Amino acid sequence: MLLVYCPYCGVSRPETEFSCRGEAHIARPADPSQTSDEDWVNFLYMRSNSKGVYVERWRHIHGCGRFFNAVRNTVSDEFLKFYKTGEPMPDLEELAKEAGK
Amino acid sequence: MKRYSFLELAKNAFSAHQNWGRQWRSPEPKTEYDVVIVGAGGHGLATAYYLAKEHGVRNVAVIEKGWLGGGNTGRNTTIVRSNYLWEESAALYNHAIGLWQGLSQELNYNVMYSARGVMMLAHTVHDVQVAQRHIHANRLAGVQNEWLTPEKAKEYCPPLNISKNIRYPVMGAALQRVGGTARHDAVAWGYARGADDLGVDIIQNCAVTGIRRGQDGAVEGVETSKGFIKAKKIGVVAAGHTSTVMDMAGVRMPLESFPLQALVSEPVKPAFPCVVMSNTIHAYISQSDKGELVIGAGTDQFISYSQTGGIHISNHTIDAICELFPHFRRMRMLRNWGGIVDVTPDRSPILSKTPVAGLYVNCGWGTGGFKATPGSGHVFAHTIAKDEPNPINAPFTIDRFRTGRLIDEAAAAAVAH
Repeated sequence: MLLVYCPYCGVSRPETEFSCRGEAHIARPADPSQTSDEDWVNFLYMRSNSKGVYVERWRHIHGCGRFFNAVRNTVSDEFLKFYKTGEPMPDLEELAKEAGK
Repeated sequence: MKRYSFLELAKNAFSAHQNWGRQWRSPEPKTEYDVVIVGAGGHGLATAYYLAKEHGVRNVAVIEKGWLGGGNTGRNTTIVRSNYLWEESAALYNHAIGLWQGLSQELNYNVMYSARGVMMLAHTVHDVQVAQRHIHANRLAGVQNEWLTPEKAKEYCPPLNISKNIRYPVMGAALQRVGGTARHDAVAWGYARGADDLGVDIIQNCAVTGIRRGQDGAVEGVETSKGFIKAKKIGVVAAGHTSTVMDMAGVRMPLESFPLQALVSEPVKPAFPCVVMSNTIHAYISQSDKGELVIGAGTDQFISYSQTGGIHISNHTIDAICELFPHFRRMRMLRNWGGIVDVTPDRSPILSKTPVAGLYVNCGWGTGGFKATPGSGHVFAHTIAKDEPNPINAPFTIDRFRTGRLIDEAAAAAVAH
């Protein structure tokens, strides 16, 4: 069971209050009619599935109900950062280096 | 290879079973192979075995980061069944059932395939409709599956609680009698011994660190912790680490890797005659021949390579088991563990050529790959040897995610399986 921090509520709560919604920063193609099959495949199905530092979306379903993003190490399951939706993706290499210290 | 037989057993008894000899070699890698298989789990070893046995491709190496059969092959709940909804899946899993039935004889190794029946419970009106739809589809596809009333289900599995006052009462069950269990380790060992005897090199404790591609884009070989190994063809069968390995060749995969948990109880006398699964309240249970209850839990909701899972996931399954089988309430659990399973968007596997010439992939078995081990190895060996799929695995391409011809067992079962 993970301890997850909601950046909107400002509290850490057990994982069961949250729902994990997969990889973050995957934007829906802006112009669907002009989007190639390859780009649809990448948007719908292809995931980085990284072993190591990974960015994912969480939703505080039993709290404020809002989506936010988290950076997590998928080997240790340790969270490195939580941030609100709309904020830019942090520098993952930098975060990994800091966590390694 | 020394054939195992009753006579051999008797002869070895005279030397106190000290002279059986090793079941397979531990060779150093050669500099070049026709085919390199990445991953010595059940599927990888089966692939190597059938390559050598059925296609005469014997210059084969199986390269394994850890020890053979040490990943999900040794970490699953050993359930064998083929009652999937879609014809493509039914054909694939039924192909495996056919091979399971003669596997011990084929390998001269007791894989302890036990067709004790797999019963899938229905707890809601929706479950009943879905189960009956599965049964009708299976019958049309030539897959054995039948409907049981709650009373018949209890007759088949006496410990089952069919009282009406539990949270999710049993409203019936689908029973596949040819389903059952097999001894997971023996499957890996049997294939390893058979493949080794046919000349396949099984190289353990050797991690693949890169896949080298030539000017034309085709594979040239694998970089490993024991140096570069040249290979004309490479088959990746790395379960939860498939996307990590494929990334080395620059191929992105439609996969996500989750920890899946299982647990076993202390061993008790035979008390449980079959396999019972409930997708709705999420419980999978059978009893091993050693006497342990073998229980399958779910996956975590987030991707992870940690080989552990959240305690609330296994607790949830235990809750369901205790309600369905109240007389197990005081059983103690001996151990639990997690394996990393690679899940595709449609919950069907990928057994396919790839955009890279000479690179093949067998992955995406999700939470239920063990049952398919012989069939998967059999058709994947065909795909590698002939450079084209067997008709059975032809629909299971990577390209189906582009064309839209998904084999949507996810929607069919409404759960991972």
